[in-house]
Amino acid sequence: MKNPLDSIWGTIISGVVLTVVLYLAVKNFLM
Amino acid sequence: MDLVPVLARWLHFLAGVMWIGLLYYFNFVQVPALKAAGADGTAAGITKHVAPRALLYFRWSAVATWLAGAALLGPNFVPAFTLAKGFAGIGIGAWLGTIMLLNVWGLIWPNQQKILGMKPASDEEKNKARRVALLASRTNMMLSMPMLFFMAGGLTHKAAFGL
Repeated sequence: MKNPLDSIWGTIISGVVLTVVLYLAVKNFLM
Repeated sequence: MDLVPVLARWLHFLAGVMWIGLLYYFNFVQVPALKAAGADGTAAGITKHVAPRALLYFRWSAVATWLAGAALLGPNFVPAFTLAKGFAGIGIGAWLGTIMLLNVWGLIWPNQQKILGMKPASDEEKNKARRVALLASRTNMMLSMPMLFFMAGGLTHKAAFGL
């Protein structure tokens, strides 16, 4: 599988996904 | 009036704009420009005159941003980094910023020194350094997105998400 960080768009999409995952983690487990 | 948090917040934003601005410059401008310049033999102008200056401000603005952020947290430093109740949002932001700072000094800068000829390296080592530096830079670009979401949310995020 290609590394998503090899492209700008792959990096941006990874950043959005990570933001959502961390938000859900904070909301559900840390608040 | 306590001036320390006021000045710390101002410096945190100023240095942070420079740090993340240069990070986006590397990823959106310099990396593709070097690819194009390599094809027509003009990359030396960038690697000799632009990249070392950009890296100088990049790595030191990262330090200034972190220190000003720590000063801004003040007594909330430990609650933030231990993700204590009510501090999880800013704490995640602080951890992401810290990982990014370590990435700059531990991976990006040492490998860029090899790539730019500031440190001796064989062609094979330079090729490896290019790959590591690119992935570390892209990782920081990816991390900057949740980092800014959690750090720069302010009142809008409090209203919308309770962060």
